[in-house]
Amino acid sequence: MQLELSPADAEFRNRMRELFTTVVPQEIRDTVLEGRHLTRDQIVESQRALNAEGLAVPHWPVEWGGQDWTDLQRHLWHEEMQRAGVPTPLAFNASMIGPVLAHFGTQEQKERFLPATANLDIWWSQGFSEPDAGSDLAGLRTSAVRDGDDWVVNGQKTWTTLGQHGDWIFTLVRTDTEVKKQAGISMLLVDMSSPGVEVRPIELIDGGHEVNEVWFSDVRVPGDLIVGEPGAGWTIAKFLLGNERVGVAPVGATKRALATLKTTAAAQLEDPLVRARVAELENELLALELTALRVVAHSSDGEPHPASSVLKLRGTELQQAVSELALDLAGPASLAARADDDSPQEGWARRAAPTYLNLRKASIYGGSNEIQRQIISRTILGL
Amino acid sequence: MDFTYDDEQQALREAVRGLLASAYADHETRRRTAASADGFDRGLWGRLAEMGILGLPFSEDDGGVGAGPVEIGIVCQELGRVLAPEPYLAGVVHAGGLVAAVGSPEQKADLLGRLSAGEVVLAAADTSPGGRWSARADGVRASADGGSWTLDGVADPVVGGGAADVLVVTAALPGGDGAGTGVFLVDASAAAVTAYAAADLTRAASVRFDGSAATPLGEPARDLSASIATISDLTRIMGANQALGVMQSQVRATTDYLKSRKQFGVTLNTFQALTFRAADMYVELQLAHSMVDWATMTIAGGDPAVVADAADRVGLQVSRAGRHIGQEAIQLHGGIGMTAEYAVGVGTAHLEVLDQWLGNGPHHLRRLAERVDDHGLVEAL
Ligand SMILES: Cc1cc2nc3c(=O)[nH]c(=O)nc-3n(C[C@H](O)[C@H](O)[C@H](O)COP(=O)(O)OP(=O)(O)OC[C@H]3O[C@@H](n4cnc5c(N)ncnc54)[C@H](O)[C@@H]3O)c2cc1C
Repeated sequence: MQLELSPADAEFRNRMRELFTTVVPQEIRDTVLEGRHLTRDQIVESQRALNAEGLAVPHWPVEWGGQDWTDLQRHLWHEEMQRAGVPTPLAFNASMIGPVLAHFGTQEQKERFLPATANLDIWWSQGFSEPDAGSDLAGLRTSAVRDGDDWVVNGQKTWTTLGQHGDWIFTLVRTDTEVKKQAGISMLLVDMSSPGVEVRPIELIDGGHEVNEVWFSDVRVPGDLIVGEPGAGWTIAKFLLGNERVGVAPVGATKRALATLKTTAAAQLEDPLVRARVAELENELLALELTALRVVAHSSDGEPHPASSVLKLRGTELQQAVSELALDLAGPASLAARADDDSPQEGWARRAAPTYLNLRKASIYGGSNEIQRQIISRTILGL
Repeated sequence: MDFTYDDEQQALREAVRGLLASAYADHETRRRTAASADGFDRGLWGRLAEMGILGLPFSEDDGGVGAGPVEIGIVCQELGRVLAPEPYLAGVVHAGGLVAAVGSPEQKADLLGRLSAGEVVLAAADTSPGGRWSARADGVRASADGGSWTLDGVADPVVGGGAADVLVVTAALPGGDGAGTGVFLVDASAAAVTAYAAADLTRAASVRFDGSAATPLGEPARDLSASIATISDLTRIMGANQALGVMQSQVRATTDYLKSRKQFGVTLNTFQALTFRAADMYVELQLAHSMVDWATMTIAGGDPAVVADAADRVGLQVSRAGRHIGQEAIQLHGGIGMTAEYAVGVGTAHLEVLDQWLGNGPHHLRRLAERVDDHGLVEAL
């Protein structure tokens, strides 16, 4: 056992630290650091800047723009990125469909989609959930029926994050109703400008518009846009969701949010109760960060790998806890959440309530925390 | 950065685990041993000495093995797994640590050599009745008459004190408040020792000094509170290793129990309300494990401020995790968890004994809270 980074890894970290503060424009990083909303253009600009430096999709196969980094190096990349306030590359592209296509896609699909996906020339959306299929994803009903070379898709997806910006959507559809429900699912890539695709906004409790319903009415999808074989959708989805959970514990960003709060709400740091809450959260974040390091260092100690479920579960709880602290520190000023920009209340305090409300999502999506407990108790503890 | 044991460390763990498993294969043996006059198994202590385990922390010049903190942590974890009542933490890590930190070369060679060989048992007397985790002695006062020293006062609890041959005592130096705290050796026969059992049935003692002859450790009349604090921090971190071993056993025992215990015609793991609670125990265990490994590794750097910080951080984490896991382990076992003949309940008692002896959650939290504006982000590496 050894605490320090090896000289090579320490140098790697310094290089990341340096790059992240130079490659992405300061204005974009400030937006992230202050917890303000990024525009679509800012997200695209940032990812392109990263991609130009080989920093957008390091976990992909080298052939498609990946870097042959160790798990530890990827971890450092991810942490330093959050620390610097660099927006993480769009998850739908970088962590979800990219790795799926690199693994299961045809050569044509790889060539057509991967470079554009890495560079965010295509903005992907994730069309998995449906009104009656959330945690029980295999219960989905959106259907795709073969007609000549094409598939014809009908049905409704929901909770499609940033679907209003989407160029393409990767969907799970039912292609066979005769077999066991998991076996009848396939993955299709759908151009969202196709006739019959309609995106309808959903307003969330923070007043923002980040999710949508996506309706499909007789949408024709060319046969070469199925990923893998018909019926392989469930296997592919499990691969994708596994990736989705890795790196979903936003330790770096939560640490940064807490550190920022200590300076923005400095006056209240005199209160011993506040100091104790901060100290507690810092300690738990340290324990989580160290757990992430233990996982990437492959030190599972002969036990089943604690891996991503612990990180997702506790990571989202801590992310939410920091937002609760911010809200409590903002106090009455937080009522000005939807006031005009000339409000005398400070920005961080005005953002406190919407942020708190918005982050309730973190323990629901990407496999709810109850589903994570299920994974731990079944897969790791064998219960 | 590496959280894995090397081959030698693995081998050490297997050897210690093997020895302890044969000694405490059933919990009944542990109960009987803890209830004996010594409170531990002298035969097993001798075998640990032969394996070099008692000398692990001390340099080869002093008759020890010169191993690092990771190795000592491994031993503590294994002791915790079987709830071994042997006074390793109290006698070797804590009392031996004080001797190693402040003793003269001759004192170290003599005492640590015999400690490593299992020929002498030490205990640290550093807590006054009602005292709370302070490096400053206020229960025992030292007086000098020419070159000879005597102690007066009471130390309590003295963990492992009943079976100790030599007491390592912290005492207020003559000259009033500013004079500081020294460390002294007292032959156990020169003090009035009243042994008792703590809540986990391990042995502690009340020790009364009444003009008891004492030998200053190291240079006489020097304030040693900084070294005393550092040794307490090191002991805290090793105590966290021991607690980790206890918690690992508790999570395993609870999972096994949920799989085998039947109620309502089915095994308990059929009930999701229970499996989710087991999952939360596992999460706490993993986070505590990470913090314990980290804190143990900080010791090698040798910076007392870093070690003090790590001791508070791991102390808070392990204290919280121990409460959660210990309470849930009993609850999910139902009535059997309440019985003295079953290891789970005693394990929960042991976790509390470790905490209240070495520093509990609120204590560590208060110290961390005091320092909260010393830094922006907390850095792991
Ligand atoms: C802001 C936001 C963004 C999202 N973005 C996307 C997206 O881009 N694309 C996409 O496809 N989906 C997206 N989702 C959907 C998300 O994945 C689902 O909401 C999630 O899987 C939960 O499903 P559900 O909402 O239907 O809740 P349900 O599955 O109905 O669950 C309701 C409650 O019951 C619990 N529960 C369910 N099953 C069990 C069980 N077996 N044991 C114990 N407890 C259980 C859940 O944890 C939850 O607390 C998003 C959701 C949100 C809130």
